[in-house]
Amino acid sequence: MALPTRRIPFLRNLNAKIAAIPMVLVASVVFVGGTLWTVVHSFTDSRLLPSTNFIGVEQYERLFDTPRWQVSVTNLAIYGSTSLVFSFTIGFLLAALLDQKIRFENTFRTIFLYPFALSFIVTGLVWQWILDPALGLPNVVRDLGFEGFDLALLGNPDTVLFALVVAGLWQGTGFVMVLMLAGLRGIDDEIWKAARVDGIPAWKTYLFVVIPMMRGVFITTLVIVASGIVKLYDLVVAMTQGGPGFASEVPAKYVFDFMFQRANLGQGLAASTVMLLTVLIILVPWALLMFRERKG
Amino acid sequence: MTTSLTATPAAVDGPRGRKPRRRFTPATIMLYGVLIVAAVYYLLPLYVMVVTSLKGMPEIRMGNIFAPPVDITFQPWVTAWDSACTGLTCEGIKVGFWNSVKITVPGVLVSIAMASVSGYALANWRFRGSEFFFTCLLFGAFIPYQVLLYPLVILLRELGIFSTLTGVVVVHTIFGMPILTLLFRNYFASLPLEIFKAARVDGAGFWQIFLQVYLPMSIPIFVVGVILQVTGIWNDFLLGVVFAGNQNYPMTVQLNNVVNAVQGVKEYNVNMAATLLTAMVPLIVYFVSGRLFVRGIAAGAVKG
Amino acid sequence: MRSVKTALGLAASLALPAGIAQATDLEVTHWWTSGGEAAAVRVLADSLTANTEHTWVDGAIAGSAATANPIIISRILGGNPMGATQMNTGRDAEDLIRAGLMTDLTEVAEAEGWRDAIRPAHLLDACIHEGRVYCVPINIHSWQWMWINRHVFEDKGVPVPSNWQELAAAAPALWEAGIVPLATGQPWQVNGIRAVMEQGIGGPGLYLAINRDRDEEAIRSDANRAVWEAFAQARDMVDDAHSGRDWNIATNMVIQGTAAAQIMGDWAQGEFAVAGREAGVDYDCLPGLGHHMVLDTGGDAFYFPRIDDPETRQAQLALASLLVRPDVQVAFNLVKGSLPVRGDVDLAAANACMQKGLEILASEDGVLPSGEQLLDSDTQGQMQDLAIEFFSSDMSVDTAIDRQARIIARAR
Repeated sequence: MALPTRRIPFLRNLNAKIAAIPMVLVASVVFVGGTLWTVVHSFTDSRLLPSTNFIGVEQYERLFDTPRWQVSVTNLAIYGSTSLVFSFTIGFLLAALLDQKIRFENTFRTIFLYPFALSFIVTGLVWQWILDPALGLPNVVRDLGFEGFDLALLGNPDTVLFALVVAGLWQGTGFVMVLMLAGLRGIDDEIWKAARVDGIPAWKTYLFVVIPMMRGVFITTLVIVASGIVKLYDLVVAMTQGGPGFASEVPAKYVFDFMFQRANLGQGLAASTVMLLTVLIILVPWALLMFRERKG
Repeated sequence: MTTSLTATPAAVDGPRGRKPRRRFTPATIMLYGVLIVAAVYYLLPLYVMVVTSLKGMPEIRMGNIFAPPVDITFQPWVTAWDSACTGLTCEGIKVGFWNSVKITVPGVLVSIAMASVSGYALANWRFRGSEFFFTCLLFGAFIPYQVLLYPLVILLRELGIFSTLTGVVVVHTIFGMPILTLLFRNYFASLPLEIFKAARVDGAGFWQIFLQVYLPMSIPIFVVGVILQVTGIWNDFLLGVVFAGNQNYPMTVQLNNVVNAVQGVKEYNVNMAATLLTAMVPLIVYFVSGRLFVRGIAAGAVKG
Repeated sequence: MRSVKTALGLAASLALPAGIAQATDLEVTHWWTSGGEAAAVRVLADSLTANTEHTWVDGAIAGSAATANPIIISRILGGNPMGATQMNTGRDAEDLIRAGLMTDLTEVAEAEGWRDAIRPAHLLDACIHEGRVYCVPINIHSWQWMWINRHVFEDKGVPVPSNWQELAAAAPALWEAGIVPLATGQPWQVNGIRAVMEQGIGGPGLYLAINRDRDEEAIRSDANRAVWEAFAQARDMVDDAHSGRDWNIATNMVIQGTAAAQIMGDWAQGEFAVAGREAGVDYDCLPGLGHHMVLDTGGDAFYFPRIDDPETRQAQLALASLLVRPDVQVAFNLVKGSLPVRGDVDLAAANACMQKGLEILASEDGVLPSGEQLLDSDTQGQMQDLAIEFFSSDMSVDTAIDRQARIIARAR
């Protein structure tokens, strides 16, 4: 993509370098610096305030010895994989449908997107109501004559994660759709014309021509969705508070509970370090691969 | 919808997928069927919220959340906006409205300006180390901002901008940067390289290409960026309270105080109304900016 | 002793209009935002305006410690602290005090004799760090109550239980009748049941041995086993949909008669009052679950972050003094629905359940320090996790006791 990279003096691309200063500062000072701060303090006994009283790996020993942490990690894996697959499928599908020169496109787009604007403090409550066996949909289904219908998604440890997925998709797929739509709108119309002339069916054009061309948008979406999953917190607090039992506890909630509510900053930061390390293990090889490919 | 319509100039700017040939083909019925079913799923919670916000508390306690209100009352909306107690003051959520505007407008503009320029530099003007920093930035997208709260407080204190509007704008720019930069970088990178090369041949420099060539071609992605930032900053609670200073508390502080009271009777109708009222600004942005979702004009730019 | 005189002068600044202090805006953060709570805050704000030349600038942040803590601590760390703030008492604030970020209130406390006036003494103890006073206790809430809907039992011809064991015995009959024996909800409510059982069923001796003395033998004693067995009974007495339920929704289940009982703090009484129910006729309140008549003395307290400006500091001391004044105490607590921190005030307006509570508070051995005064929130949190895991699984009592021993051994 870039100009051929020759060995160049410092002054070349000067404008670009100046323009990138804020980005470089944010990346190095805030994110790298903040991560180092996190890692350093995870080896201390910091309680309410950060301290530098080092206690070795004690916080990590305790972390890995805590059932709630182990359950949280498993829960996130289940929620994350389900949510990732459905976000992409539904988001792309909706975008493709909206791209069919339909009437009321703006209305439909706003309908799919509006949940993104709502605070979860209250929508969590609404989803609780809707999924409540006595108040919500299960009750309606029973009234329709299916008397035995008793689906308590939120009350059952085996299904509560999927209830979170349903509400999470409701809130987030609209934005995925908008991203995909922006990607689709960036595709040159000539491509479609050429495909039609060649008599290629629409679904094939999407799958083999359009989607590969939207690689950038897909990567963007992947990072947005994946980072949202890793940071999953508000939804859980609003809908289940981690229950029943630990069935919907997630790592970010563990981190914040310990940092802010339980005055054990060290433990929260140890958990956060483990989270970030996992991200790093996935991200770095992927980034290397991506950049190598682009250079080649 | 019809073939004749597509020929009109108005439709040229519109979406251009495969053209449906006739009115009610099985395919169009399917298409609208799926869209309507999806719309019902997305609208159901909104329906519950609106209906609840129009009921009195005794009616809500009776328990059917789907039932339309028997006695429609707009009192909850008035209360939420104008007189709900948010601590000592009982002036509803309107108190912080202008503060939210004061935080959101510069926050959105600055973060998008910074990130679009960075994304452009990363896509087209790579320099030594740029990919390393970009990877660090991507990593930053995965750090929950609460984890960085205390280091940032200390950093801003040392810079002397803690508890100021500048401070909160800086913080929003920081946390918006990873995703936005990625968004713009990947979008600019997907534009045909020929356009960039042609502009270079014409002698255009860094800023000229960005402002005159790329900007007009990238409206959909700017709309996405605006949607993302308006939503994020307008709905933000923690960063606003911590970094903006108590004279600039955003509206979400009042929203939180109305709906998140720990004890006492929860006034669900007022809570729903307050939530919907707070969401109005991003919703208007979605609807209005949606019209800018025209198809990219990449090919046209080359020819022109 | 000039500073003491200053404080005295401030405390009586109405009487001494010559006034040393100048008018200061004092920002106060707290998490009281619901209707009744806001009214109670107004009492405090109005008396600050009426009695001093200072102004109360309200900084309400709803959502309790989880929401407010990061905000309060960030503001203090960032060098832009509020003039005063509600905070959980006890162990957590120690860090801020040690870092020199909190105002020392000892001079006011000594000048006004808080030591003698504040009752029970635990309350003030929770504010003391290395002999100095750093916070002002402002009210008393206690957790140890079981609320029972009498009609549920009378209608079914089951005797109304007078303690936990009788309720547990009635559980099968209640299930039979389609009534949930015990209403509960979010994790903190479930953990509350366990903690109350430790005090009510285990008794004050056991509670103090475990949580104050960190005595492993007490944890492995038969008395503690009985507590966990009662908690095991409780997990079979709740409905499947309880997870995530708000406490007042659970209280309303009891009021409506879809549930028979709830273990919840004295704030639940307000819900019965709003619904027009009468104590002793429609519902019963059983302190200490009807076994040991004990109450703990949790409550709210105000801290004053250190601000170097001398005028602000004087305003802080004036507010501190005002918060424990007898007339302010009575006015505030009647609106808030809690008990005053002073024994020397008149509470004729208290209702039947409040009177029961006052009686216990007057007896020396019925009063326990609350959990947050004995354990830091980290340890309390671990106990909550254990309670939740136990409550939602079929964990054995033996395992639970082992785990409790480990958590308490690790407590700081």
